[in-house]
Amino acid sequence: MNLFKLTWKNLLARPLSTLLSLILIMLGVGLITFVLQMKQDFESQMDKNIKGIDMVVGAKGSPLQLILSAVFHIDAPTGNIKLAEAEKLRKNRFVKSAIPLSYGDSYNGYRIVGTDTTYDRLYNAGLKTGDLRKANFEANLGSEVAENLKLRIGDKFSGAHGLVEGGEAHDDTQYIVVGIFETTNTVLDQLILTNLQSVWEVHNHKKVDSHEETSEDHPDHKLPDLEITALLIKFRSPMGVVQLPRWVNTQTNMQAAVPSYELKRLINLMGVGIDTINSVAVVIMIVAGISVFISLFNSLKERQPELALMRSYGASRNQLAVTILLEGLFITLSGYLLGLLLSKAGLAVIVRFFPQGLTLQSPPLSFTMPEFYLLVIMLSIGLLASLIPVLQAIRLNISRTLSKF
Amino acid sequence: MVQTTGLAYAYNAHTAFRFPDIDLPDFENLIILGESGIGKTTLLHLLAGLLTPESGQIIINNKEITRLNPRELDHFRGNNVGFIFQRSYFVRSLSLIENLLLLQYLAGIKADRKKINQVLDSLGIKDKGHRKTYQLSQGEQQRASIALAVINDPKVILADEPTSSLDDKNCHAVATLLKSRAKETGANLVVITHDQRLKSEFKNYLQL
Repeated sequence: MNLFKLTWKNLLARPLSTLLSLILIMLGVGLITFVLQMKQDFESQMDKNIKGIDMVVGAKGSPLQLILSAVFHIDAPTGNIKLAEAEKLRKNRFVKSAIPLSYGDSYNGYRIVGTDTTYDRLYNAGLKTGDLRKANFEANLGSEVAENLKLRIGDKFSGAHGLVEGGEAHDDTQYIVVGIFETTNTVLDQLILTNLQSVWEVHNHKKVDSHEETSEDHPDHKLPDLEITALLIKFRSPMGVVQLPRWVNTQTNMQAAVPSYELKRLINLMGVGIDTINSVAVVIMIVAGISVFISLFNSLKERQPELALMRSYGASRNQLAVTILLEGLFITLSGYLLGLLLSKAGLAVIVRFFPQGLTLQSPPLSFTMPEFYLLVIMLSIGLLASLIPVLQAIRLNISRTLSKF
Repeated sequence: MVQTTGLAYAYNAHTAFRFPDIDLPDFENLIILGESGIGKTTLLHLLAGLLTPESGQIIINNKEITRLNPRELDHFRGNNVGFIFQRSYFVRSLSLIENLLLLQYLAGIKADRKKINQVLDSLGIKDKGHRKTYQLSQGEQQRASIALAVINDPKVILADEPTSSLDDKNCHAVATLLKSRAKETGANLVVITHDQRLKSEFKNYLQL
């Protein structure tokens, strides 16, 4: 027998109130760590996807929608812009590189994006198998697409109009899989890439002159009346972000949006929701602390005679204090661990059920700084809740207690 | 050996007690008789070091306990004093055996299950050791609290009204049991009671 064992037995002796405290702490901690982790994953995912994209140019409309559709491929495009007009931007002295994107079709829910291979380099995507797309209707698949649709090199498929499943199929033209990318943990994993020409051909149903390459190689070539959906731009210098977006928005028919700025807005909007959930979690944790306190306080009132008995048989004040402190800390600590487990399990489930868009960044059993702070906070709550019961035990009058009961 | 000289205690100006001196040699038993409110329990708690006397001296087993500091006193109690309280107290969350193990731990004695079994056996409650103490009958609880009192081989066993709720037959049985247990562990048995039936059971008595 020792004080740890005694603490354990005492907790088991009142299973319901111990359970209640545990559940409350678990919920509070679980909620906070879950939200924190989600936010962190979301932000790092966002950052990863906008890396190297300083500005997005597309049709006029909502700037956030433009970013969501052209960078993250989770919203409908704002419309199309003239390729010729977009190409003019490329020559701007602030622009280092420009990647044209043309999309609007999908296959089984995965978007088919026409672009050149500079897009692959943006995400450092290397091929796992096969070759890069060269000819028209050759396609490279993101790792997730290949895995989920069980497509292999040489497989053929035809795109459907629209970005959701069930669009009108373009049966007359078929893509062939020539290569599959490695996993990049970016949006690229969920895309089917082909060249611009293929996307144009599917939609115009007419032969476009076989200029697969964009004007980069033939700057003076007269472009036909072709359209693209968006242009991803990287600036040569930070000055670009000051000048170019405003110029595009006021002087052209196109819209320019800065991803980092729009995302900050989006995260701020979400922040309200996150703050609300966090406040709820804080309230739950406070209630949990009170519950631990009440549980200890009540049990202590009943246990006064047995504490007096222990004192009579040689227990010191400190030993009583330690037993009670251990009870408080044990509940808060195990509640904390259960909460952590709950949030990690919750994240794992969410990632499984929402494979599109969100990938878990940090390994599921890592220990982050906020979680460490939370541990400190929980232990403080445990200490605080045990404080009054501990003082009561220290001040226990053995003689009076034994003659009263 | 239990010796007191000039012992006095006051709860407040109206409730103050002076106690006659006690001089009890080794292996002797003492019964302290007195009506309620005369300070019997106070005297017992003083002897146990649960209360600190206003004045006077207490020597148990050649140790002047009135001079010990609180931690030493706790330690002294754990190793030298056994209690029979008016009511039986146990740690509720523990079984009878675990209660006894706890007392060994608190006294700083190595866990000794063999000894525990012996004590329970001698009290006729060996088969109840794994029960929670609140599951025991009244009589079993009384025997169990005797087990608590003797488990650490105390030098003195202090009993507070051990027989007040018992009929004559059981009164005699408990008194005999207490005496034999005390004799076995070599402890002084000090019983305080208003129960006149016990007077004949003891050689030494002190009337308050």
